[in-house]
Formats: sequence, C-alpha cells, structure tokens
Amino acid sequence: MTGIATYGWSVVAVPLVIAVLAATAGRVLGTRVAALAALAPAWVFAVGVAASARVLAGEEGAIASGSVEWLGAGLTVGWAIDGLTALMLLVVGLVAFLVVVFSRGYLGPGEALPRYFAVLALFTGAMSALLVADGFLGLFIGWELVGVCSYLLIGYWFTRPEASTAAVKAFLTTRVGDMGLLLALALLWREVGDLSYTAVFAAVPGMEASTVSTIGLLLLVGAVGKSAQFPLHIWLPDAMEGPTPVSALIHAATMVAAGVFLLARAWPVVGASADVQTIILVLGGFTAIAAAGSAGAQRDIKKVLAYSTISQLGFMFAAIGAGAWVVAMFHLVTHAAFKALLFLGAGSVIHATGTQRLDAMGGLLKKMPLTAGTWFVGAAALAGIPPLSGFFSKDEVLHTVVGADLGWGVMLFAASTLTAFYITRTTVLVFFGSYRGEGVPHEGGWDLRVPLVVLAAFAAALGFAGGPIAELAGGHHGEIDVLVASIATALAVLGIAVGAVSGIRPKQGADVTKLAFVGPLRWARNGWGFDEIVRQTVTRPACATARVLDRVVDRGVVDRSVEGVGALARLVGRGYSALQSGDTQWYTTLLGAGTVALLALVAYLGRGV
Amino acid sequence: MNLLVVAMLLFSVGLYGVLTRRDLVAVLASIEVMLGSATLLLVGLGATGEMIAGTQVGGGTVEATGVMIIVLAAAEAAIGLALVVAVARRFRTTRIDELTGVKG
Repeated sequence: MTGIATYGWSVVAVPLVIAVLAATAGRVLGTRVAALAALAPAWVFAVGVAASARVLAGEEGAIASGSVEWLGAGLTVGWAIDGLTALMLLVVGLVAFLVVVFSRGYLGPGEALPRYFAVLALFTGAMSALLVADGFLGLFIGWELVGVCSYLLIGYWFTRPEASTAAVKAFLTTRVGDMGLLLALALLWREVGDLSYTAVFAAVPGMEASTVSTIGLLLLVGAVGKSAQFPLHIWLPDAMEGPTPVSALIHAATMVAAGVFLLARAWPVVGASADVQTIILVLGGFTAIAAAGSAGAQRDIKKVLAYSTISQLGFMFAAIGAGAWVVAMFHLVTHAAFKALLFLGAGSVIHATGTQRLDAMGGLLKKMPLTAGTWFVGAAALAGIPPLSGFFSKDEVLHTVVGADLGWGVMLFAASTLTAFYITRTTVLVFFGSYRGEGVPHEGGWDLRVPLVVLAAFAAALGFAGGPIAELAGGHHGEIDVLVASIATALAVLGIAVGAVSGIRPKQGADVTKLAFVGPLRWARNGWGFDEIVRQTVTRPACATARVLDRVVDRGVVDRSVEGVGALARLVGRGYSALQSGDTQWYTTLLGAGTVALLALVAYLGRGV
Repeated sequence: MNLLVVAMLLFSVGLYGVLTRRDLVAVLASIEVMLGSATLLLVGLGATGEMIAGTQVGGGTVEATGVMIIVLAAAEAAIGLALVVAVARRFRTTRIDELTGVKG
C-alpha cells in the first residue's frame, strides 16, 4: 500500500487522464461522469496517505522523486514527495473528493457536467503538480494551471456577464502576482542556474543579502496574488460567482492556500531576510483584520465566507511573517477543513433556498437540521471555540505572532474577535428566526449530506492532530499557551455575543443594513472601498492607455501600414495592367525595342556574340 | 558593304510593316520581307566569301541553306495564312488592332 508513493508522478498523470476522459466521454456517461471525476482526487488522497505513512514512520527527506530534462536547455522538471507535500496531498485529495461528491448533487443534470468535472479533475492534477514539483519550474507550471482552472470554473456560468467579468478579474489580478513569481524564477536562474529546490536552497547562504531579499519579495508578490492578500485580494469576493462547491475547493481550501504553501516551501529563501518577514507579517495582519471587518458587513452568504477566507489567509501569512511556517501550515490544514465545510454548508443552503442573500434566509435550523448542525461545527471552529480544530491552530498563530510583534498580535486578537462576530451574525441570519425566503427549503440528497458530515468530523477533530501535522510539515508542535488561549476564547465568546445580538432582526422583513452605522457598513461591505481605488488608479488608466494605443499604434501604425502595402500592390498592378493593351503590334514594338536595347547593351559592354 | 545596307533596309521595311499594317495578311507579308532580308544577307555573304560567325563557308553550303529557308518560308506562309483564315472565321475580322482578346 505504501509502495504507491513511489509512483508520485501519478498524482498529476491520473487526474489529467481522467480530465481528458471526462471531457471526451462525459456526454455518454451523463451524471456518472461525477463518479469518474471522483477517481482523480481519490487517487491523490491514496498517494497522500501512503506518503504520509512513510514520513510518519520515520523516513527522512524526499521519500520518492524523479525528473526529466525539459526543452534541452539544462532545465529539469521533476517531482519529489516529502512530508510537506504529503500533507498537502491529503488536504487536496480529501477536499477535492468531497467537493466532487457534493457537486454531483449540487449541479442538476441540465448543467454542462462534462466540462465542469473535466476542469475539476484538471484542477486536481494541476494542484498536485504544484505540490509534488521538486523545483520552482514545476511549481510554476502547476501554479499557472490552477489559475487557468480557477478562471474556467469562476466563469462556469459564462452566459452570466457577472461570472465572466469576475473570471477575467480573477485571472488578471492573479497574473500580477504571477509576474512576481516569474521574475523571482528569472532571478534565481541567473543567480543559481538551476531551479530545483535543493540547488536553490544550497545556494542561498552564498548569495548577497540584497539579492535574497529581492527574490523573497518577488516570491511574496506571487503568494500575495494567489492567496488574495492585500493589495491583490480584490478578485476573491468576485470569484464567488462560480459554483459554490468550486468556491469551497479552489477559493477556500486549496488553490488560495498555494501562496502559503509557496512561502513555506521556499522558507530557506523567504526566511533568510528579516525585512521580507516583516512585510509578510504586516500584510497578513492588516489583511486579517480588514477582511474580517468587511466580512461582518456582507449581505451575501458567500461574500461573508470569501472575506473570511481572505482574513484567515491573513492569519497564516502573519504566522509565516512571525517565522512559524509550520504553524501556518497547521492553520492551513484546519482552515481547509472548516472553511470547505462552511462553503459546502452554504452550498446546501443555497441549493435549498435558491438564493445567496442573507435577508432571504432565516429559520433554517428546523428545516435543515443536518446542514445547521454541521455548519455550527464549522462556525465554532472558525470562531476558535475549544476543542474544535480552529481553536488549536488559531491559538498557535496568535501565540507566535504575539511573541514576534505584540502590536500585530493585538491586531490579530481583534481580527479573531471580529471573526467570531461575523460568523455568528451569519449563523443567526441563516438558521435562526423565521424563514424570510420563498418555497419550502429541505435537505438535499445523500451526495449533499455526506461531505458535510465527513468535513464536520475533520473540522472538529483535526485540532488534536497538531502533532502529526507538524511532523509532516517538518517542524515541532507547540504546546497550548493557556494565557493566549484564554484571552482568545474570551474574545471569541464576546464576538459571538455581539454577533448573536446583531443578527437578531427587530422585525420580519427589515433590511439588515437599515440598523445603524449605515455609512460605515456600506464602506466595509464594499471592501473598504479598495475596489474603487483600484478602478480609479489602475483599471481606468490602463483602459485609457489601451484606447490610446489602439488609436495610435494599432489603427495608426499597424493597420495603416498593412493597408499601405495593399494600396501599393494595387497601384503597381494597375501600372503593369496598362501595358497589357491586347494590341499585338504594341507587344511586337516592345519586343523589338527590347531586342535593340539588349543588343546595344551587349555592344556597349564589348561582348559581341 | 552595300549588301549589308540593302539587307538592313529590307529588314527595317519588313519590321515597319509588321508594326504598322493593320491587316493580318499584310503583316504576314511583311514578315516574309524580313525573312527575305535575312536570306539575302546569308546568300550574299556566302557569295562574297566573307566570314560568317567566324567561319569560312563554301562549296555550295550557303546556297543550299538559302534554298531551304525559302522552302521553310513557303511552309510558314501557308500555316500563317491558314491561321488568318481561321481567325477570320472565328472573329469575323482580319484587322490586327481589333484582335485584343489578351487585354489585361
């Protein structure tokens, strides 16, 4: 069983083959295409289990690897599985599997199932490629492929203008980050001449400090784009236009966590510069509190979870900034479980009510007890209530950040309180009070319920797996700090109390935004107006430049030179055409004149025949 | 030397006819004049014993060639006239300036 880890490359190959099969044979299979697609993450999970077992049994370093030369330029693309990769394979495989199962029930038979499940399988393969790469080159290939899959799935309902706009926005925004990563690769290639992790990490101590800082910063730019951190976070709330299971998989549990994984993986580079670490801490801390504030003002259940994801990723960044990437990985794993649970719970609610608007929900506790129960587990884990998983990982994050920088530690405590507030507010709005929507909501089929139960179990229990998770990640598991834990729990209870009060409506049908603080609420709901700032400072100048370039370069230079070539050809043609009069004697005259001219030339050159 | 002048004048008269006459038969006749000028030059040079293309030709070779050219000219004229007849039937004209089918 543990032998399959030897064929680590299969975590990329198997999903890719399944993606092709699902795309080509999907029409014949009908709804059974979901079962085919489920094989991809199942295989990834199996390899993850086998590899984890071997790492936990005491194998050191990469337990299996291989590589091939690519493009014949000394570039090698290879794979290697170590503990960190095995851990991520477990997360990706499990969440992706449950999401495929959930999607089977979430998307009706009328949907474009082959396309959906093919891209989902492709995403699984691409994410695995990102994880098992033994160097920055393979990581970059997977990195770009998951971006493409994200684009394709956000725009899954491409006939909706909002969906295709959101897909383009997500793609372009993450491209900004990808450019940073690409530049980091270019710089590493120049400095080291090899992009494999081992070669790069071995070369880091010999590099100039400024070079290491630059590379670290560029890697950070890539991570910030992928993980939706300030200032490149604006794409994630819009990405909620995609189907909800996709949001659970890509925009909560796995792809957006790739930035954290990158920083953890490249820790010998990133951690070599104190400046870069400080920047990570500041970005993460700021994002955590700002996004948590925005999450508290949303009217759309998925937007709450989107801002919550940005905020939680900020927690992970802050932990990395504090130097504890093992803690960040721990929080990544628990977050993947409880946030995927919350997203799938939201999907179950959306499936039942047909809306994402919080003010059209309410009272679902009695109508959907299973969804409600699992949601409570996820919400409590997110809020950091002991003994659920979020409590342990968040406690470690807070503990390390407080130890590194007290100011940002306090900020994270505040963000943590806001977290408890917004998730409680959302919970109350969705599950308590009376139902304000239309129709009679009820639980979905087994394929909607089983993933919720499984994820709820993980969200509840993963906190006690801190030891093995830290061991897989390659570090040590810290003890619970009683002081930090007590303060955090007290603040969480405070946040829950405030959230519960704010969620209770004065009377049925009242607009949630008409309570108090309407102005600040709208400001927070729109992501503190950052989208507008980007629109004014980036989008509009870019569009204006594009228009000028279109007029001057495209139409002025390119089009006119092409048209000019055509006009010239026509002119020359007309000139020659005038010679063809059809008059035989005219031709004969020309022939005679030509002969005389040639004879004269020959005579002049003195080469008589 | 007079031979060259006469041949050249004859050739020019033929060429002028080819380039200016409007009737196909006249053009054909002008071509015969040009061919005649060339034959005249060949036979004349052979009789005076001048070098032709760097070679001394004698022993009746030139005269024989001249007779052959006249025979070929007769054949050529026959083919040419046949073509003129075909053109006249096809296009109902023998005026060369009206036959502009290849105009571009």
